[in-house]
Amino acid sequence: MRRRSSRATRLSRSRDEDPVRPAVPRGPEEGTHKPEPVVAPAPSVRPYPGARGEVLVRVRGLRFSRAERLIFDGVDIDIRRGKVTAILGPSGTGKTTLLKLMSGQLHPDAGAVEVDGKDVHRLKLSELYRLRTRMGMLFQSGALLTDLSVFDNVAYPLREHTRIPESMIRKLVLMKLEAVGLRGARDLMPGELSGGMARRVALARAVALDPMMIMYDEPFTGQDPISKGVLVTLIRHLNDASGLTSIIVSHDVKETLSIADYLYIVANGKVMSRGTPAEVQAERSAWVDQFVHGLPDGPVHLHYPAPRLEPDFLG
Amino acid sequence: MLGALAGLGRFGLQALERIGRGHLLLVRIVGGLPSLAARPRLLLMQIFNIGLLSVLIVTVSGLFVGMVLGLQGYYVLSQFGAEESLGVMVSASLVRELGPVVTALLVAGRAGSALTAEIGLMKATEQLSGLEMMAVDPVKRILTPRFFGGLVAMPILAAMFSAVGVVGGYFVGAGLLGVDEGAFWSQMQARIDVDEDVYNGVVKSFVFGIVVAWIALFQGYDATPTSEGVSRATTRTVVHSALAVLGLDFVLTALMFGE
Repeated sequence: MRRRSSRATRLSRSRDEDPVRPAVPRGPEEGTHKPEPVVAPAPSVRPYPGARGEVLVRVRGLRFSRAERLIFDGVDIDIRRGKVTAILGPSGTGKTTLLKLMSGQLHPDAGAVEVDGKDVHRLKLSELYRLRTRMGMLFQSGALLTDLSVFDNVAYPLREHTRIPESMIRKLVLMKLEAVGLRGARDLMPGELSGGMARRVALARAVALDPMMIMYDEPFTGQDPISKGVLVTLIRHLNDASGLTSIIVSHDVKETLSIADYLYIVANGKVMSRGTPAEVQAERSAWVDQFVHGLPDGPVHLHYPAPRLEPDFLG
Repeated sequence: MLGALAGLGRFGLQALERIGRGHLLLVRIVGGLPSLAARPRLLLMQIFNIGLLSVLIVTVSGLFVGMVLGLQGYYVLSQFGAEESLGVMVSASLVRELGPVVTALLVAGRAGSALTAEIGLMKATEQLSGLEMMAVDPVKRILTPRFFGGLVAMPILAAMFSAVGVVGGYFVGAGLLGVDEGAFWSQMQARIDVDEDVYNGVVKSFVFGIVVAWIALFQGYDATPTSEGVSRATTRTVVHSALAVLGLDFVLTALMFGE
């Protein structure tokens, strides 16, 4: 079950060869290149109704509390088809929780989440699972299955949900891995991957079934600048080349602003601001200004609420 | 006073809720049986994981327990000049009691804690959520094979424990202390009943298999998804399994052998 043979030798090789450049076309040729077959959707299977800007995920009046703490209090969000929508917010505001609510892993106290016209929280379990085969999710840790190799991890959803013969699975998996630049890492185990590589493998796995949307949970957290750049490019490219809809949840303002088509800033259980990156950056509200520009002082104070200073020191 | 009362009530409610969650999980685990039938490989892998990895500790322990039984039994029986019955004594205590019980305790320590840690870590590293997002039910795919793996492995391990234990008793009794070899085996053959002794022992180890696997899987699945939560859950698995096995053994013995 566990392949551990010659792990040490593979380990040293993999670190040296960590391909930094994503194996996807970019830059000016992008318009002329046909989208890679790798990430292109199978149009005959799942047509994407062209209507750009049509709402794919509709969140209305979402309320959610955990252990008597109100996490969301009336959140409305629209995710438009074919766009990269980012949800920004400080740590601990429940951004990951929001993704779990959208994918039906958690149930809200009130409000509704509609994905592709279906109310996620009213579906039967089998219907929800069918919907989830069309929703990819990239977890913060990658969430790769630790006892399967990179290849088997990417092949997992294909083997689970399709009856594609093994020879075809091999081709599909290698294409997905090529798209994230890790075709050479197919035999590694997840424990041998760097954080950035693990995330890219998880991305290949998330698009294995050619979903209609992908949710990214903090894709840039804890990545070095190069991996961040790689991920930014990959997310944008995957979105455009295969007509995906992307939802990015993050607190990395710079990277997120650089790829998002539309932004929501969520804090204190509410949507504080929304708009295109330019609109949000020009926002006059003091809180948004402090968050977007990372200022140490503003409406959010450095100090945790404390009793008055004098009695503590002079009393 | 009122605070203590409220605390007691809260504790009681939480305990009840946990028990309820545990039973719901058991129903979901068993409900995964049809999907397991479609993938027998998963079951085989878990029988290997839980069973084979526990073979060494179970057989070594069985050998020593059998040898100790041989020594102690000889000293008691020889006072009554009944040392020829040593075979009966050793094999009856192993097959009826020590085989199933000690094996269950060992498996809880060796495989149960490993199961809890594995499931808890899968939860902490979002692998279970990841499976859910890939539209794969983690209970059916991860927990069900482990549960039935434990169920199948436990009686086989208990049988090995008893068999090796009898051999250990034979070495000490016949080899070391000079009990008559023929009497040792023939009395055992005559007195140990397949229905009464062996079958009841198998039933016991089957029940212990269910309990240990259930506790281990529930503790892992219900663990707080942090390193601290997983380590606590692992400890709880061993403690709860040991208590449950010993308590159930009393109940089962009373039901099976009580008149």
